[in-house]
Amino acid sequence: MPPITLATLKPYIIMVLIVGIGPLGVGYLVLLERKLMADMQARLGPMRVGPQGLLQPIADAVKLLLKEDVIPGMVDKWVFWLAPCVTVTTALAAFSLVPFSSEFVVTDVNIGVLAILALSSVGVLGIILGGWAANSHYPLLGSLRCTAQMVSYEVVMGFAVVAVLLMAGSLSMVEIVKAQAESHRWFLFGAFPFGLIAFFMYYVAAMAETNRSPFDLPEAESELVAGFMTEYSGFRWALYFLAEYCNIIIVCSIAVTLFLGGWLRPFPSVKLLGWLDYAAPVGSSLLVGGLSLYLVKRQPRAFDQIVLAAIGLAFVAVAGLFAWPAFNELFRGVFWFIAKIMVLVYSFMWVRFTFPRYRYDQLMRLGWRLMIPLGIVNVIAIGIVLVLRG
Amino acid sequence: MLDQFFFYIFAAVILLGGLLTITRRSAVHSAIFLIATLLGIAGLYLHLQAEFLAGVQVILYVGGIMVLFLFVIMLVNLDQAARQRQFNRQWWLALLAAAAVCGEALYGLYRGRGAFSFPGAMPGNVPPNTQAVGNALYQNYMLPFEVASIMLLVAMVGAVVMAKKRL
Repeated sequence: MPPITLATLKPYIIMVLIVGIGPLGVGYLVLLERKLMADMQARLGPMRVGPQGLLQPIADAVKLLLKEDVIPGMVDKWVFWLAPCVTVTTALAAFSLVPFSSEFVVTDVNIGVLAILALSSVGVLGIILGGWAANSHYPLLGSLRCTAQMVSYEVVMGFAVVAVLLMAGSLSMVEIVKAQAESHRWFLFGAFPFGLIAFFMYYVAAMAETNRSPFDLPEAESELVAGFMTEYSGFRWALYFLAEYCNIIIVCSIAVTLFLGGWLRPFPSVKLLGWLDYAAPVGSSLLVGGLSLYLVKRQPRAFDQIVLAAIGLAFVAVAGLFAWPAFNELFRGVFWFIAKIMVLVYSFMWVRFTFPRYRYDQLMRLGWRLMIPLGIVNVIAIGIVLVLRG
Repeated sequence: MLDQFFFYIFAAVILLGGLLTITRRSAVHSAIFLIATLLGIAGLYLHLQAEFLAGVQVILYVGGIMVLFLFVIMLVNLDQAARQRQFNRQWWLALLAAAAVCGEALYGLYRGRGAFSFPGAMPGNVPPNTQAVGNALYQNYMLPFEVASIMLLVAMVGAVVMAKKRL
């Protein structure tokens, strides 16, 4: 047994942080999505709980936890119980392989990408089994759709990932980011323009894998009520929801790691842009903090004013911390990583509010007739480019 | 010590999963236990420090093949078939054959018992073996690998031709 030190405890601490903060983060992701949707549809969105509706996720969480645990009579009991657990466990476990920065990574295994894809493919089983166990028509249809969709788009995603692996020469998430630092470019622009094609394919496949609109057929609410989770309610439903949003963060962080340079800042090899490491985190935190403090006076209730002022001051404090070199050195990677994830998540939501849902045969045609052949050609093309450039 | 512990855990998962796979009535339950077995096998691969094989095992068998199994089980209504009278007239013959094979295996194990020991963990970090697998498949055993791929392709095309009446 090695002695217990901070270094040996670090992975556990990070994992506990992720599992602890993850659900809260997911709650705020949902709030962000509702707010964005409201904004794009010229509404206000949730405004009642807390200042500008900022405490809505906490109210939602309490509501879901206190709800009665309903198990319909004709369901297959233990599969019904097992399915959401499988989905949420694999989704949270996958975070252990995500390198938030060169320091903040729970474990760096040398099959990192494969391991994350494997975990997510086990998570899909939870959705399929949940739909089957409910023993009702709509969930079954939802999980049938989910199955076919996953199997098709996993292939697309595989080809997109292989394209990056060719450029990086490693399966480890940390090594892939390091390879991008060494080649002085994000793999998005590697083997130009084939890296871009791979990213596009990954992006579409990721949307299909996470059941996001325009590929949200497994839970198409206008046709299937709620798809595979129709019979779920209360806490079990919350588990599915948690897993879904965790998976969105996971696929985005794979995309960031594979294509967008992971924890590296934009133009990592240009020394002149070093000030970005300070300007970006300090500036964005100050912006958010300042905006919160500016809005304090507009709040109608005293409680809301206090909460919003506290939030504003907290962001100003974070800005101060990032201006401190030692802290900045340690956390700038995490900042860039999370900033890139947020950009991707925002684009996911944007797509959701913009495009109508695909019909099922259109989805399959897109996958098998367009994306998979494109993927094969793309991998071969990248191989040729890499050989030609030596 | 820890090695043996994990080996026995995985072995127990595999054996229990296998047993439950063939004894459950519901086809979906069988499939779930088969998934447990396959995950256990992936664990054994990891235990043997073949991490690439473990990852591929999970992605292909659990994420691909078992998902398709479940798909088929859900498409066809197996519940009705299960409710019909089950018969197997040759069970004693099957029992005899199974006993013979079992005895043979046990005898083999008994004769070779000297070879059973846990290899000690390799010193230091084992180099990643993904490249080794790639080299073996695409350089040393290129021809057999390609032949196997073509056979699979032929089987796939054949299945499509047989299933579709009009092409």
